[in-house]
Amino acid sequence: MEKIRKQQESWESGVLKKTLDRSPERQPQFTTESGIPVKRVYTPLDLGDRDYTDDLGFPGEYPYTRGVYPTMHRGRLWTMRNYAGFGTAEDTNKRYRYLLEQGMVGLSMAFDLPTQLGYDSDDPASEGAVGRVGVAIDSLEDMETVFTGIPLDKVSTSMTINATAPILLAFYVAVAEKQGVPQEKLMGTTQNDILKEFIARGTYIYPPKPSMKLALDIVEYCMEHVPRWNTLNIAGYHFREAGATAVQELAFTIADAIAYIEAARERGLAVDSFAPRLSYSLGCYMDLFEEIAKFRAGRRLFARVMKERFDAKNPQSCLFRIFSGSCGSTLVAQQPINNVVRVAMHALMGILGGHQAIHTACWDEGFAIPSEDSARIALRTQQILAYECGLCNTVDPLAGSYYVESLTNEIEERARECLKKIDDVGGMLAAIETGFAHREIQESSVAFQKKVDSGERIIVGLNKFQTPEEDGAGDEAFFEVNEEVEEIQKAKVQRLKERRDNALVAQALEQLEAAIDRGENLMPHIIAAARSYATIGEISKVMRGKWGEYKAPTYI
Amino acid sequence: MNTKRKRVLIGKIGLDGHDRGAKLVARSLCDAGVEVIYTGIRQSIDGVIATAVQEDVAVIGLSFLSGDHMALLPKVMKKLKETGLEDVKVIVGGIILPRHIDALTALGIHKIFLPGTPMEEIVDFIKTA
Repeated sequence: MEKIRKQQESWESGVLKKTLDRSPERQPQFTTESGIPVKRVYTPLDLGDRDYTDDLGFPGEYPYTRGVYPTMHRGRLWTMRNYAGFGTAEDTNKRYRYLLEQGMVGLSMAFDLPTQLGYDSDDPASEGAVGRVGVAIDSLEDMETVFTGIPLDKVSTSMTINATAPILLAFYVAVAEKQGVPQEKLMGTTQNDILKEFIARGTYIYPPKPSMKLALDIVEYCMEHVPRWNTLNIAGYHFREAGATAVQELAFTIADAIAYIEAARERGLAVDSFAPRLSYSLGCYMDLFEEIAKFRAGRRLFARVMKERFDAKNPQSCLFRIFSGSCGSTLVAQQPINNVVRVAMHALMGILGGHQAIHTACWDEGFAIPSEDSARIALRTQQILAYECGLCNTVDPLAGSYYVESLTNEIEERARECLKKIDDVGGMLAAIETGFAHREIQESSVAFQKKVDSGERIIVGLNKFQTPEEDGAGDEAFFEVNEEVEEIQKAKVQRLKERRDNALVAQALEQLEAAIDRGENLMPHIIAAARSYATIGEISKVMRGKWGEYKAPTYI
Repeated sequence: MNTKRKRVLIGKIGLDGHDRGAKLVARSLCDAGVEVIYTGIRQSIDGVIATAVQEDVAVIGLSFLSGDHMALLPKVMKKLKETGLEDVKVIVGGIILPRHIDALTALGIHKIFLPGTPMEEIVDFIKTA
């Protein structure tokens, strides 16, 4: 170390000084995307006396910095899981079958906003939104259509669904029954992360307390009945999209995990019985090294939190299994085809960051539902990186980089400080109810926007290298959901209501209501309602009646 | 902006909850000394118009990211007329396909800001609207 220090000093006063005197650097300071200062050069001195075995160790072993599994992508590639879904169940079935034929491994369901908020397609609140940002699911009937010809014992399905997650899981379980697949065999994920909805993304319905109860109903039900299901996918992605820094994203994600785990323990569940089925979702922004360091720091910090706070004994409880996605807000509307390059970088971050599943965005999705062509390019991007670029031959290839290790340490430390701040305001629920989380993220969002507006943060095609003559380029290629979707879907749900056994539906809904009063786990009752072809609006109406609706704080 | 009414309402109608852009516009207006009312997400058309009346705003700015603008904006404009607020200027921002712009302009939307517009441009436009 002494030798290196001396060499560095002589380099600084010699070669470096001469160069700087002649030609200064491009900027007085360099920072990561999230504002962490970056030095000119990193050496073993930056790692100090940190112990390899404590901080890094081996993949598949505590603290999992290098990966959650021993062989990582050498053993099995990540699941290529691109987010898709639009229009009617028929439209979406066709797109899923296309993507599976093209080599996609797992499905990731996008639902329209009425489905996410518990309204039927014929509800006045749904106007203009049916089938827009995802598929419209009103009842079990639509779910059956989505999975026609797709055997549920063969594919895994991730659902970006939160406030209505128990209902969509119930539909899924009921479809499986019809296909003859027992629920024990089902593989997939319900996002089911309601806490982040109160801060970012906004698809919450009920107040925090009953919302948490519903989330934990899934956790508890699946422990016994759907053991391979990832019950809760705690998502930092949406914090990042709302403007959080990489450090805040990580800290708020882990703080959410802490809140769920504490609530589950209060319910009498043992940490090691449910924590192995929790998974995590983070975003990929544009700073490659910061993102990779974030993922590595996240694995280590989470494992340490599980040991320190929860005394987890089951190694599976400490695994920070990551599903990552391209952050949509990094996509640029100007010269949109350039987004293909940005998305390839996101996939690279996910691969080098050791992820279990990766979503790559489509170049046109800043404008519209992706076309079949752009959805295929997004998938091909992952396939090219997986098979042509030598990225998966060794585990955690950037380990040992003085820079990446320093940044990993720095992000872990800063995230710990941020966790402490959240603890000081009383934990994540308090951070939501007081608006603390909203304020923290909004200030970061404002700071980022100022950098973009001033040109300090260059975005190619937006604030530099513009080609104004191309404004509106690509318009003819943008896909639009069939305008008749809303009418088709309204007619479908109305026909269903005439055709089904309405006495059975009424009975199932009454039983659900009684179960709410008794404080029971609602999953079995929601599944019974699903089987009776009760609609998502009808089931949600029962809960709205009992719990009311909530309005989260906002901060500008 | 006329001198009698100086306030600006920034809002989100429909079911979409993505409000990073709307909040940034609201914040930038605040920082520029404009009095802003931000409605929060998931507002009804009637609710937004009632707020506009109550707060006596000169401009209503609405943000759309989920493709429901073509269904909801005609209703907003109709309601505005019925309420006698024809002189309130409606501006729209967010994800709007280029092919929709002509129809929205014909509807009486005063200005449409597409993704990537610098905040300063929006603020300057609203201040002189």
